[in-house]
Amino acid sequence: MQQSLDKSKAGASRISLATREAIWAYIFLAIPLIFFLFLRIWPAIQSFYLSLFSWHVDPAKREFQGLGYYLEMLREPRLHRALLNTLLYTVIIVPAQLALGLGIAMLLNTITRLRSLFRAIYFAPYVTPAAAVAWVWGWMYSVNFGIINTFLIDWSIFWEDRGITWLTIDPQPFLTSPKQALFAVAVVVIWQNLGFQVIIFLAGLQGIPRMYYEAARIDGASSWALFRNITLPLLNPVFVFSLVISTIASLQLFDQVVNINFTDQGGPLNSTLTIALYMYQEAFSRFRLGYAAAVTVLLFSLILIVTLIQLKLTSRRVDY
Amino acid sequence: MKSAIKFLLAASLFLGLSLAQEVTITYWQYDFAARVDAMSQLIEQFEAENPGIKVVQETFPYDNYQEQVAASLPAGTGPDVVQFFYGWLPTWERSGYIQALPEQYFDTATLDAEFVPMVQAAKLNGAYYGLPTAVRSLALFYNADKLAEAGYDNPPATWDEFLEIAKALTVKRGPRFEQIGYGIAPTGQDHHLLREILTRQFGTAPYSDDGTEVLYDNEAGLEAFKFYTSWVTEHEIGVPEFVPGNSGYRDGYSTQQNIAMIIDGSFAIGGIRNNAEFNWGVAEIPTLDNGVKANFGSFWMNGLSPNAFEDEATLEASAKFLEFVTRPEAMKLWLDVVGEVPARLSLIDDPELASDPVFGPFITSLGYAVATKFVDESAQRDVIVNAINRVVLEGADPAASWSQAAEEDQALLDQYAQ
Repeated sequence: MQQSLDKSKAGASRISLATREAIWAYIFLAIPLIFFLFLRIWPAIQSFYLSLFSWHVDPAKREFQGLGYYLEMLREPRLHRALLNTLLYTVIIVPAQLALGLGIAMLLNTITRLRSLFRAIYFAPYVTPAAAVAWVWGWMYSVNFGIINTFLIDWSIFWEDRGITWLTIDPQPFLTSPKQALFAVAVVVIWQNLGFQVIIFLAGLQGIPRMYYEAARIDGASSWALFRNITLPLLNPVFVFSLVISTIASLQLFDQVVNINFTDQGGPLNSTLTIALYMYQEAFSRFRLGYAAAVTVLLFSLILIVTLIQLKLTSRRVDY
Repeated sequence: MKSAIKFLLAASLFLGLSLAQEVTITYWQYDFAARVDAMSQLIEQFEAENPGIKVVQETFPYDNYQEQVAASLPAGTGPDVVQFFYGWLPTWERSGYIQALPEQYFDTATLDAEFVPMVQAAKLNGAYYGLPTAVRSLALFYNADKLAEAGYDNPPATWDEFLEIAKALTVKRGPRFEQIGYGIAPTGQDHHLLREILTRQFGTAPYSDDGTEVLYDNEAGLEAFKFYTSWVTEHEIGVPEFVPGNSGYRDGYSTQQNIAMIIDGSFAIGGIRNNAEFNWGVAEIPTLDNGVKANFGSFWMNGLSPNAFEDEATLEASAKFLEFVTRPEAMKLWLDVVGEVPARLSLIDDPELASDPVFGPFITSLGYAVATKFVDESAQRDVIVNAINRVVLEGADPAASWSQAAEEDQALLDQYAQ
């Protein structure tokens, strides 16, 4: 008895402490990994499978469609509109968020008093429910009651009274105009998600050692040169992270669009429709889950391709 | 001691038997306080009448109700008896979410004779897929105080009078409206008003009787479309999205009092009754000079999901429950608690109900109201809403926009027929 115990002890000690720690680390890491595989990867594979069949509650009654739904996507004008809108949202929202996020972060980085107050103010919209945000903006954009048009009218009266008519601006239709609605929604998204970008950039800025700036200043570098040659290159990893995250979020845009024009989601005239909303409507208003699954595969591929291109083009290591 | 054991044995045997006999069924509807309350009362009565059956009511917000149903049934959970909008029947049936009522419990000929004509829309290929407790139709809600101020003692009976009153009650200051005469709401009930009411009044049925063909793409249909869009483009008695929000037209009418008239369903009565702090009235939908009356009828129906068919006991319990909630007594309770009008012919013949100042106009119109045979309610709604928006928001040519709508609508009908 005693002997065998000793033997097993000796066996155990043959695994080094480092290896044992690594094994435990792998075990702990495996738990979220299994979770991730089960809740993310497996459904993604399933949705590809579903996209090959017409939908029915009873799996035995699902009819094989082959690539039928993918061919249907080619002829579906509403999907093409959603695709175009989504790309438009992305090219408006992402650059605006990165530029404004970095600009505000740099301003916050230069002040020391009340910094946390300002940071909290900029972050507040990010943690406000999309429904509440959309509701308030819906009223601000209102043609007949909204504060923006009230301002435009008062502004125009002010200049008209002084005879300077070229400064007057007519009240705008905003969300009720198929031409303006997408931009109006994009402004809301930029405003709401800006706080997240600010926090990320601020953390990045604070990670850059002061001594680089001090050394460069002693050498007589201008502020622009400091920004161009120190801030931007050292911020690159943060920049790439922000770019990828905000691009993915824009490609998946759903909440704000759904909430801001609740009675005509994606309207007017499909002008604010996104791929994610289109997919949701096909699945849960029209019960075409097979086709909707094909749309998710499209969205997944789009995000994958765009992200890979972005990573390829933007990530480079910078060391000083 | 012996007798105690005997007693325990007997008691456990009895309990075991009664447990074995107990059937639990699940009922789903969307979350709307008055409807949930009415159904809870009905469930209580039903359980008292059927000791072996237990009914569990579960509700979900309207906005993700279909999503919940879509996801739960394939996973083997969800409702046995489920409430759904009649317009969803074709898409639900096609994907197997709803099954025909079994003939052994429901006799088609009896149902045909006992329910109001619009309930025919609960049928597919001659079989009933569910039954409503209540039905709804549309009517004109007006702000009697505002009409009186402008010198009108009665609500409009014709569309000419309607336009005259609406113009008198529209207030514009500079480029903006402060008050509108009519709450334009293409996504509210106006797409029904146009598709099912104005087309018929101008002289065309919107669809063929079998529901496979769009018929409104003709002179009469176009006149109806031009007439409706002229309310915005020519007569300026209202603008879309005047009051922002989910049902802005109703809020503007009932709470903000900056909309003088709206067309809405009987389901709006409860909310308006609670919120409106002015003298309000209900009138039948106006007509043209030809006097042709038309109305859009609709209903939420209770049907049986595949879960109900899993075993004989569940099916029997589900069918019993469905029969119970569509009895005349249940409909009376529903009218009192929810304010929706009954679906049985025997109840709408009630002269007291027909002369009620609020329910009257709805009851009267049930005789001729038609429930549009949708194949895909949400897509067909978009077709009409977009046709309206092209004209009122983009200034498109009405004839071209209307033809495009007919084409898109026909494509949806064809897609379903395949």
